[in-house]
Amino acid sequence: MVIFAAVNALPGDFAQAILGQGATQEAVTQIRADLGLDQNYFSRYLGWLGNVLTGDLGISFAQMNFATGMGGDQVSLVGVAEQIEPRFRATMFLAGVTALIAVPISIILGVLAALYRNSLFDRVVNITTLSSISSPEFFLAYILILLLAVLNPIFPSLSNVYEGMALGEKLNRTMLPALTLTLVVTAHMMRMTRAAIINLLASPYIEMARLKGISPVRVILRHALPNALAPIINVIALNLAYLITGVVVVEVVFVYPGIGQLFVDSVKIRDIPVVQACCLIFAAAYILLNLMADILSILSNPRLRHPK
Amino acid sequence: MSWGINLILILIATGAVAWGFRYAGQQLTSNKPLYRDMSFAVAFGYVFGVVICVGAILYYFQPIDKKGVQAAGVVFFRWAVHGFTGFAIAAYLFRLFGRSVGTTVTRKLFRSMPLTAAFGVLVIIIYAVVSIFAGSIAPYGQEEVLAGSNIVPGGNPLMGGDPEFPLGTDQIGRDIFSRLIFGAQNTVGIAFATTCLAFFVGGSLGFLASIVGGWLDQLLSRAVDVLMAIPALIFALLLMTIASVWSNQLGIDRTIFMILIIAMIDSTRVYRLSRAVGQNIVVMDYIEAAKLRGEGMAYLIFKEILPNAMAPLLAEFGLRFCFVFLTIASLSFLGVGIQPPLADWGTMVKDLSQFINFAAFAPNVATAPLLAAGAIALLTVAVNFVVDWMLHKSSGLKE
Repeated sequence: MVIFAAVNALPGDFAQAILGQGATQEAVTQIRADLGLDQNYFSRYLGWLGNVLTGDLGISFAQMNFATGMGGDQVSLVGVAEQIEPRFRATMFLAGVTALIAVPISIILGVLAALYRNSLFDRVVNITTLSSISSPEFFLAYILILLLAVLNPIFPSLSNVYEGMALGEKLNRTMLPALTLTLVVTAHMMRMTRAAIINLLASPYIEMARLKGISPVRVILRHALPNALAPIINVIALNLAYLITGVVVVEVVFVYPGIGQLFVDSVKIRDIPVVQACCLIFAAAYILLNLMADILSILSNPRLRHPK
Repeated sequence: MSWGINLILILIATGAVAWGFRYAGQQLTSNKPLYRDMSFAVAFGYVFGVVICVGAILYYFQPIDKKGVQAAGVVFFRWAVHGFTGFAIAAYLFRLFGRSVGTTVTRKLFRSMPLTAAFGVLVIIIYAVVSIFAGSIAPYGQEEVLAGSNIVPGGNPLMGGDPEFPLGTDQIGRDIFSRLIFGAQNTVGIAFATTCLAFFVGGSLGFLASIVGGWLDQLLSRAVDVLMAIPALIFALLLMTIASVWSNQLGIDRTIFMILIIAMIDSTRVYRLSRAVGQNIVVMDYIEAAKLRGEGMAYLIFKEILPNAMAPLLAEFGLRFCFVFLTIASLSFLGVGIQPPLADWGTMVKDLSQFINFAAFAPNVATAPLLAAGAIALLTVAVNFVVDWMLHKSSGLKE
């Protein structure tokens, strides 16, 4: 996997960042030696790769105690893996809730828009979704905060979820970020569903079904939808990948303790092991979901499942 | 949960009315096809639409109390309605203007234009004018710190405003109106420059790969695959981390690094498209003829392929501009993009975002962050509308 190389070729001097402007040269070299930053990129990369393969993501620079003993106190250190794990679960929870809301809504809207295409309903749905997909996430987030948290206090505007919270409470707090993400991803999925179904409506077997006198709803649900499944599944998987990776801004707005928040914080203080690990997770999720999209679209198409 | 029960009751009532509406239609028009073939869902849709319209009108004319949450909601709703109708009327007038003034070609263009596209063109023109002449439009400088800080928008002295600053001032006393105008120059200008750079790099490499083929094509395509494996925003954040160190060491402005980074990331997407388009063109006979004439590579790319690939590339340019613009805004929002004291919409949203919590008591105050975010949203929506229309027109879809 060449991606690791791209992620890992990271210069960026944490030592200078932490000591600030007035650092002496000796102190900088001391910390660099402690962290192994004085070795060349190649050996560091190999070492890191080996550790990743054995499940060890390294130790966050920020967690090291530089004031006393230059990182010698290994007992109280929290590894990157332990730091990321609860946050990763929180992000997955958010993505899951969003997917549960967004996927049914977008498919239903897409089918309805294809059924009543070029009607007023179709146009309204189209314009609304196009606007919501093209506005920045933080705009949608603040509009939702304004409407649902400040003006009509239904949901809390800060979603500070923690481990061991009751599910109902957790859902309530996750609702606003999930709704924001829903608005962002629904448009793409809905338009794809609509386009895929409309594309199929010109084919002869749809004509045949219509001439048999089947109702339009049944034509679309029984004859068009199963054949349009491959592109729809593809776009759903792409959007799920977006959900896991594109949550950064939304998590920052709502102070949601997910992996995106951690990533931004680490970027700001140049905490390289954490940044690396987050990038790795994001890239892995992205690639896995894309792979899954390909596999699912093959599974949903009998012609691809039984190659001649 | 009372609002949930109310909602269900309203839905049931709507369903009953819809059934009655269809039945009455069938009886009164003696089974005209329109009513005879109407499914229940369609009737429900009609009645539901009417219910929503009536509800909105009632809400709009609801009297405003002196204080309280309900009043603020009505105020915001009225603003939204005013903004929406204002833009719709402006777009309609603009289209009328375009239909009666100008050459035959532009008139024809405007005649086939839907209202959304007219709106998009109008907004883009306004943004272009504002960002080019920002220096002479804005009443104050973008970095100018003025007398009073935290002046409330609205210009009403009784509410803590000041007529000299119609949109108020921020925490350290800079005029928000001027910063919004300069933000157009900075944000839009930088996004435009970045998109142009991405198109130049991605487009020429893509065409080059499609002409030369072979190992160069393989090399470039695999490199692009690697870069595209990492999500764009994440990758941009990662590279900005490095760039921030370099910019300190080399003394180059961080904004330049940001332009280069985003241009690089987005040029991969442009490369994919231009290579795909280019490969369809390269097999044509006229390219063969030009090659046999002994034309150079640059001539082939810019004189033969580029004019024939213009339509998809233009549509892509619009979309790409939106993505770049949103990425820059998000980066600035996260604090690693355009750096203060330059005025920028993403940073402004971040800085002013706390004001939104006062929305219930003083709707004026909450508009400050929403204006900057709304400015971003307005431009991207406008570009998207125009691109949508262009694609629709060039694909010749009638469905």
